[in-house]
Amino acid sequence: MKYLTEYRNAELVHGVIEKIKDITTQHWTLMEICGGQTHSIIKNGLDQLLPSEIELVHGPGCPVCVTPLELIDKALAIAAKPDVIFTSYGDMLRVPGSQADLFSVRAQGGDVRVVYSPLDAVKLAQENPEKEVVFFAIGFETTAPANVMSVLHAHQLGIDNFSILVSHVRVPQAIEAILSSPHNRVQGFLAAGHVCAVMGYWEYIPLAEKYNIPMTITGFEPLDIVQGILTTVESLEAGTHDVNNAYIRAVTEKGNQSAQAVINKVFEECDRKWRGIGLIPGSGWRLKHAYSKYDAEKRFQVETIQAEESPLCISGLVLQGLKKPDQCEAFGTICTPENPLGATMVSDEGACAAYYRYRTQTPDSREIGS
Amino acid sequence: MCLAVPGKIIEIYEKQELKMAKMDFSGVTREACIEHVPEAKVGDYAIIHVGFAISLLSEEEAQESIDLLREIVEAGELEGDESA
Amino acid sequence: MTKKTPTIESPICAIPRKHSDKIVQGHGSGGKMMADLIKDVFYPPLANAALLAGDDAGVVEISEGVHLAISTDAHVVSPLFFPGGDIGKLSVCGTVNDVAMVGAKPLYLSASFILEEGLDISILEKVVNSMKEAADEADVQIICGDTKVVAHGEADGLYISTTGVGLLEPGLTIGGSQAKPGDQVIVSGSLGDHGIAVLEARGDLGFETKLESDIAPLNHLIRAMLSVSNEIHVLRDPTRGGAASALNEIANQSQVGILLNEGSIPVKPAVAAACEMLGFDPLYIANEGKLIAVVGPEDAPRILDVMRKTKYGKEAVVIGQIEESPPGRLLLKTGLGSTRIVDLLAGEMLPRIC
Repeated sequence: MKYLTEYRNAELVHGVIEKIKDITTQHWTLMEICGGQTHSIIKNGLDQLLPSEIELVHGPGCPVCVTPLELIDKALAIAAKPDVIFTSYGDMLRVPGSQADLFSVRAQGGDVRVVYSPLDAVKLAQENPEKEVVFFAIGFETTAPANVMSVLHAHQLGIDNFSILVSHVRVPQAIEAILSSPHNRVQGFLAAGHVCAVMGYWEYIPLAEKYNIPMTITGFEPLDIVQGILTTVESLEAGTHDVNNAYIRAVTEKGNQSAQAVINKVFEECDRKWRGIGLIPGSGWRLKHAYSKYDAEKRFQVETIQAEESPLCISGLVLQGLKKPDQCEAFGTICTPENPLGATMVSDEGACAAYYRYRTQTPDSREIGS
Repeated sequence: MCLAVPGKIIEIYEKQELKMAKMDFSGVTREACIEHVPEAKVGDYAIIHVGFAISLLSEEEAQESIDLLREIVEAGELEGDESA
Repeated sequence: MTKKTPTIESPICAIPRKHSDKIVQGHGSGGKMMADLIKDVFYPPLANAALLAGDDAGVVEISEGVHLAISTDAHVVSPLFFPGGDIGKLSVCGTVNDVAMVGAKPLYLSASFILEEGLDISILEKVVNSMKEAADEADVQIICGDTKVVAHGEADGLYISTTGVGLLEPGLTIGGSQAKPGDQVIVSGSLGDHGIAVLEARGDLGFETKLESDIAPLNHLIRAMLSVSNEIHVLRDPTRGGAASALNEIANQSQVGILLNEGSIPVKPAVAAACEMLGFDPLYIANEGKLIAVVGPEDAPRILDVMRKTKYGKEAVVIGQIEESPPGRLLLKTGLGSTRIVDLLAGEMLPRIC
């Protein structure tokens, strides 16, 4: 597969890891932002192959994991309505709300369908004019152009029975929240390559400056990840706080301006709650007033349900890189992928699920499931 | 946030006023919206996320990355040989 | 429990969601939810030795030295017709294979049809003809059946349930608990073809391939293998839940470790590409014309040779081996040399965006 297999070349990956070993003189804590990167690291066992001085902690880069509980409950309430076809990206179906998840709503007779692309949801609206089609528009910046285009497309075609339930979150504000926390351990960031393909990386330069933290725009294949780590460690060893682009084949500093234009046309900045973490100011997007007729929250007037939280789950701490999944006492025992306590275990790209699914048995790691 | 896959553009057309492309992912084809890569031509590679192209892939830069890493790796091996 | 407000310093989390009161999609996916359902709801009242052995077919001694193997399977595939096969072919081959996987010669099938009101009879005729073709190839006969009609909107057009019986060759002990450290793990061909072909045929995710389902009767392949070796310890067809689920079951039943070699696992490029796009792993995707064999190491080359000479075993290859430990665990050595766990699927496999 072109542009994939070259970046899985074992010889090159090992060569770059050797180079990382050569230049590392002390312990460094790096955070990868994106759930897809977490997945790739654990699936390929990259953290096993890196020198022990490099510690990778996993960031809140899983939009499924961080969708606020209240919004899941709203989604469930809308999906349960009789004339609604509720559409969603696949991985949202398992995320637990206060009382149920979308699977349960389907079991009770709700029409819940998985779509690959938001345009498929618009098509469903065209084909089912007597129904209300709602699309669960979650994501980071990578998914925003697609989610926004669904609204513009529906608008263009004069489709009235389509709306979106928005839960968009943004990376730079999350990075700032992590870095400004007094408990922060992160010394360098691997920034999310596909977020930056859309947004560019100009937003990270002032952050790197302000907090003296190097950041490297990193891709997803094993070679991309070790290259990202190498570049970040080079900066750390040199005492600099550069923003470097290690995903040049897909990312430019300015990003995709056409995509950014449609995002700015339809969305405006807002405060957003991150599940397990709390409110991060300015870290979200919502529909602008001009597009409020496509806002499912307004259209369905769903009431806010109070959430009940379990004190056992440390998803939030995991999401901020303050703890590793296997440091949680519930991990692998009462919290497992089929019985998740929190979103990081539910979503396939959540750190806890990645750990559970791919972790190996080494003499010093805990026995999973015992 | 970012499951996106590289695919080759094999056809470009308009559908319901959107610029679309038929993409080939090593034997799997699917349509994707290419509104945000307006300069795309047939034969180009793009990164597709949830049915949308978010970026064109630059062949020169892809090769440049690999070449650069290969240099780093080979230089490291040379040093290793020298100090052995 | 007092309600707390989450902050960045003291985050909190949601209460658990275990689906123990209603059936959800995940209960049928061949993964852990289904395994738990079987263990918690089916086994306790019905328990007996044959059932609890947990193999593809139940085996009982019906008279001195004569062992009968019985297996049953319901087929609810949608759409009814897809590249490479249809529900009819699937209903015959699926059950023939389950009986053959315990080393029995499949002889007879029964077939029960649940027909949706409004189904075109011409479709039913096509399905039945397909069943006849598959039965002929497998050398079995359908000797009894049943027909029920349900209201429009139920049954997705047509459901078929088949039960197969066969006789075990004397002296064979093939089953999930028979894997031994040192054994080789063989797969008869590429993984994931059926699941991806059906997903494509369903059309919900909008992609196209030239892939075909691999539905096939494997009893003749198994007979050929048994004719050259009596060190075949386990046979399993990796259907729903894929090779990963089947191998996890075997590791658990035999209380051994299984180590797979990522580079050896055969996957067609189109299957790999579809999995990349959707975020799936080919190890978890259903196969309907492939088998996994766990065999004694000395016999492996000979078994592979004979498999490669048959219609459905041409691409047979060793993909891993059985280890002493960790007991009950399936592990994978990646192309980079690291090792990771390949766990049972939790529930439904869902396309991801991240």
